[in-house]
This record gives sequence, C-alpha cells and structure tokens, in this order.
Amino acid sequence: MRALKAILVASVLMPAAHAGAADLEVTHWWTSGGEAAAVKELAKAFDATGNKWVDGAIAGSGGTARPIMISRITGGDPMGATQFNHGRQAEELVQSGLMRDLTAVAEKEKWKEIIKPASLLDSCTIDGKIYCAPVNIHSWQWLWLSNAAFKTAGVPVPKNWNEFVAAAPALEKAGIVPLAVGGQPWQTSGAFNVLMVAIAGKDVFQKVFGEKDEDVAAGPEIGKVFKAADDARRMSKGSNVQDWNQATNMVITAKAGGQIMGDWAQGEFALAGQKAGTDYTCLPGLGVNEVISTDGDAFYFPVLKDAEKSKAQEVLASTIVSPKVQVAFNLKKGSLPIRGDIDLSAANDCMKKGLDILAKGNVVRSVNQLLSADSAKQLEDLFSEFFANPSMTPDAAQKRFADIIASAD
Amino acid sequence: MRSHAPAGRPSQLFRNLNSKIALIPMILIALVVFLGGTVWTVVYSFTNSKLLPRLKFVGLEQYERLWDAPRWIISIQNLAIYGILSLIFSLVIGFVLAALMDQKIRFENTFRTIFLYPFALSFIVTGLVWQWILNPEYGIQSIVRSLGFPGFTFDPLYNSDIVIYGILIAGLWQGTGLVMCLMLAGLRGIDEDIWKAARVDGIPMWRTYIFIIIPMMRPVFITTLVLIASGIVKVYDLVVAQTSGGPGIASEVPAKYVYDYMFQAQNLGQGFAASTMMLITVAIIIVPWAYLEFGGKKRG
Repeated sequence: MRALKAILVASVLMPAAHAGAADLEVTHWWTSGGEAAAVKELAKAFDATGNKWVDGAIAGSGGTARPIMISRITGGDPMGATQFNHGRQAEELVQSGLMRDLTAVAEKEKWKEIIKPASLLDSCTIDGKIYCAPVNIHSWQWLWLSNAAFKTAGVPVPKNWNEFVAAAPALEKAGIVPLAVGGQPWQTSGAFNVLMVAIAGKDVFQKVFGEKDEDVAAGPEIGKVFKAADDARRMSKGSNVQDWNQATNMVITAKAGGQIMGDWAQGEFALAGQKAGTDYTCLPGLGVNEVISTDGDAFYFPVLKDAEKSKAQEVLASTIVSPKVQVAFNLKKGSLPIRGDIDLSAANDCMKKGLDILAKGNVVRSVNQLLSADSAKQLEDLFSEFFANPSMTPDAAQKRFADIIASAD
Repeated sequence: MRSHAPAGRPSQLFRNLNSKIALIPMILIALVVFLGGTVWTVVYSFTNSKLLPRLKFVGLEQYERLWDAPRWIISIQNLAIYGILSLIFSLVIGFVLAALMDQKIRFENTFRTIFLYPFALSFIVTGLVWQWILNPEYGIQSIVRSLGFPGFTFDPLYNSDIVIYGILIAGLWQGTGLVMCLMLAGLRGIDEDIWKAARVDGIPMWRTYIFIIIPMMRPVFITTLVLIASGIVKVYDLVVAQTSGGPGIASEVPAKYVYDYMFQAQNLGQGFAASTMMLITVAIIIVPWAYLEFGGKKRG
C-alpha cells in the first residue's frame, strides 16, 4: 500500500520536476540517407534544450507526406511542428487560424535582420505576421555530372547544358543513360523550371510564374525552353527509376551521365563518400545562367492547447534559426543556410558556388512561392506526360502550358 | 390493398414497434453518413473550395475543367479498359476454375487454398509483387532472356500503350480466387438430381453447364458481379503500388485523380467534381440493374 502511494505521489510530482520541457512530435519527409543525417542534427540540438524531439518522418517525399500532415492538422490532431516548403503550401491553413503566430519569437531574436535573403521571411509572412521558421535554402538549378561516366564514354566533362546535349550520343554508345530522371511527377516539372531559368532567363521566369503572363508563356522564349525539354526527354530515355535518390544513385554509380536536381542531391553524394570536383561535377544554373532559386524548407507550428508544448514550440523555432544548428544541419543536408552571418568554411566546392551566387543576389523566387499547389499539380501532370510520351510535340505541350498559366492563381 | 385494411387495426406505423426502434440507428447512419456525405460532396463540387471547404458557388466550372483535363480523360479510358476486361476475365476464369474444381478431383482443398490465397493479400502487396515480376531487369523478361531468347521483350509497366494490361494481370491474379470460391459455392448448391436428369437425357456436359446450371446460378452471378464491379470503380492502391500512374500519366485512374487533386493539389472542388462523376458512373450501371432486379414485379 505504501509503495503504491509512493508511486502515485511520484507520478504527480514528475511533471513538476520537468517544468518547461515537453515531447514535441515533428513531422517531415526527410527520409533519404543525407536527409536523415541532417534531421538527426536538428533532433540532437532540440533534445539538448531539455525537450524531446519525437520523430514523425513520413516516407515518400512531399507529395505523399503533405496530405497526411494537412489532414492531421485540419482533423484536430495536430503535431507539435511540421515541415512544409515555405511558400503557399500552408497558406490556407494559416488563413483559417490553424497555425501559430511566431511574430513574438521572431522579433525577440531579430529574424528580420539575420535571415537572408529577405524573401524567405516574406514567404513566411501573411498579413504582417510571421508563421514559420525557415530552416534552409534549397535551389533547384543544378546539373550533377558523373566524372566517371564521361571518362568511360571518352568525352570531357561538359561545362554547360549545350555541351552536355552534344555529349549525349557518346554516352549512349557507352551504354550510359545521359540524363537520369525519376518517375515522380515533381521531378519532371522541376527539371523544366530549371531549364526555363537557365535558357530563357530570370525575367521570363518571373513574367511566367510571377505575373502569369500567358503571352510570354506561349511565346518564342518559352518555345526554346520546350525544345531543350525535348532534348532532355530524349536523353532521359531508359531511366526506369521512380525516386529522385535512385536517379541520383545512377549518377553516383556512373550508370547515368547526369541529373538535373536540386542541391539536396548533394547529401547523397556526400553519403556515398564522393568528392565534389573529383568524383562529380556540379553546374549551377546548368552552367548557362548562374541564377538559383530560393526554395527551401520551413517549420510551421500548429496551434496547440497544451501550454508546455506551446512553449517547446518556441524553443524549437529559435533552435532551428540558431547559428550552430544552421551550420550542422546544412552541411549534412547539402543546403544553404538561411543566415549570412555564419561560418561555412567546412562547405564543399558546390556549396561554396551556391553561397557565392546567393551573396551576389542572383536569385529568383521559387515556384512554390509563386504558384498555388493546384497550378503546380497541373504542371506536374503536363510534364510527367510530356517526358513519358515521345509522341507529344513540344509545340502541343507549350500550348497546354500556356493554358495552365492563363488559368493559374 | 392497404386502404382495404379493416378498421380498428393498429396503425401501420406502430406495427412491430420494437424492431422499428431497433432500426433507428441504422437508418440514421444511412441517412447522415451515406446520403448526407454524398449530398455534401455533390453540393461542394459546385464551389471553388481549395484546401478547406467553403460555399462559394462557381457553377459548372469544376466540371468543365475536369472534362478538359487530359489526365481525367486518360483515367476514364483506363477504367473502361480495366473494368470491361477484368469483369469478363474474372468471371470466365473464375467459373472455369470452379467447374474444374467441381469434378470431384483429389486435393481439392489444397487447390482451393492456392487459388484463394492471393485474395488474402492487400492490393498494395499484390501491386509490389507484380511490379517486381514485370520489371524488365529482374522479372519475367530477364528470366526468359537468360533461358536463351535475348530478343525477348516484356515490360508492360514501362510501355505507355500496354501499361493498363500489366495492372489488369495483377488485378486478375488477386481477384479470380474469390470469384472461383463464390462460383464453387453456387455449383455445390445445385441439386445432384439435376445432373442425373441431364445425364439421363443424354445432354453433353458443356450444354448442361451453359443452359441449365448457369441460369440456375443467377443469384451467385449477381453477387459476384456487384463485388467485382465495386472493386473496379475504386481501383487505386493497385495502381499506386505498381506504377504510381506512370509512365507519365498512362495508367492513371479516376480514384487517383480524386485523391491527388483533393490532397496534393489542395483543390477540394476539383476532387469533389471528379468523385461526383464517379458516383454518376456507378449510378448509371447500378440503377437500371436494380430496377430490373428489385423493381417492377413484386415477388414472393
């Protein structure tokens, strides 16, 4: 009886002893090797504050994970924090009051001054209030090339997209797929957007996706981009893989010449023990037009009733932005940090190129920030059809592209 | 007839009151969950709801967009091909297997278990298994090639023109076992004397099956038909596991369109419009049949 009493007393006292600490479930879709390693850094830093990171990884990339996250939030079972790509994905959740306002934390820690470029915080801001903590900057505009594959084919490693297209027949002759493209729909539409920034330039990109100008979308500049996409389609024949990291793996193992993929691919190269410059080559802006987009991830915090957990949310938000975590996380992830005032001397060649471009300000806003999820999905449908169906002409695809842009919101 | 009921009898409403009270929860569920949910979906399909439902009507806009979308058209075509072929093949194969099983063969239990076993697997597992079997680098193609036919090509899942047949194969493998069992149960329900009579009259066995046994098994066929048809309309997980709609959008199905647009594209209105179209398709098939089966004449 006494023992039971002791247990009961202890159970009452326990929470008091841990005042201010809470378990926080964090959902995200970082499950590939490099990504998982980066998440561990985040979890470690958050655990060090006395709270506990409960990992809620959802496999299968954002397209699979986001619906699960959203239905949990709208269904009244919110997690402590969740990843989204900053931009318009969580817009409606914020507008309907399901997400927490972080303005107080942001003002206390002067996010407005430290977070660079400012567009990152802008896309977290709705009606003057800040709703998310950006964690990294990802840019899509990279071409990853396998040095070993070009050696096998007996051609020098290309320095830009046009040289790469010219080298494709040599690669094919050596039994190497020139361009690895996975079957997930977002990969093909992403690759197209990269080609657009590289070939048509920053202004056209902004006109099409920013201002939704359908005349430009139907015009000759975008026509050139579709010609390039046609090349990419021909070069990607025989990829036969689904996930992006499987496609990256084809480049790592020299089964493919190259891949157009965001800088998150770098984490995979690092995990495979490959070195930038010697084992693989990276060409930002496809080597044509060195402009990168400021895509990336951010953490959003659903409104919770539990006061302790709400406090832990604030701790997590400031942990994410803190310099130490930014360095540790981004080095593992292969992404760029969200603040300019930290030392990334440990970064490899590719990351340094990215930091350089970022410092020069050669950036475009990401498609996620400019288009609604609905329009983005329609584009995904178009490009996954275009890349899989060789009988679809570039002209026909461009016409549909212009239609989607015309009705985009 | 009711108007001629003798006066003084308790009102129709209170007859058998206990059982009516007991039915109230069921009626409520049917009204609120099934009918209510359906009406709600149809109503919101005329709005421009995005991530969250809101009542802002836009007329037929969602439907116009739906029927303009190439992906939806391909989904419908795929469903038609998959539906018709899977209906025919699973009925024919299922019945033939059951008829063979009914010849008093040895080890019938063993065979029945083998044929029914795939049905115990979920569509996701079925899809993954067949994804491997049909994968050109690991599956049938590589086995046949290693047997000495280097030119052999069999990669349905990577060929836009025939990918839906690759899915059909997996669907049939999973579903025919159940059809066989239902048919076998039906065959066992046929009186032994009918067989004897047919034999006395010298009717060949195949004619007995087609002209006597099958018409007698009408209820079994109808049950089976409903089971298969409902499975066809909602086919989703099989496609997700095998091809996730690929290559490109060549193996998309309507249910996947609904899911993708409701949750990935955050456009509930568009998803509701698509699911309403699915409901109408089902209604077009079910209503005339239900009318023929249950309406018109009163039986028993």
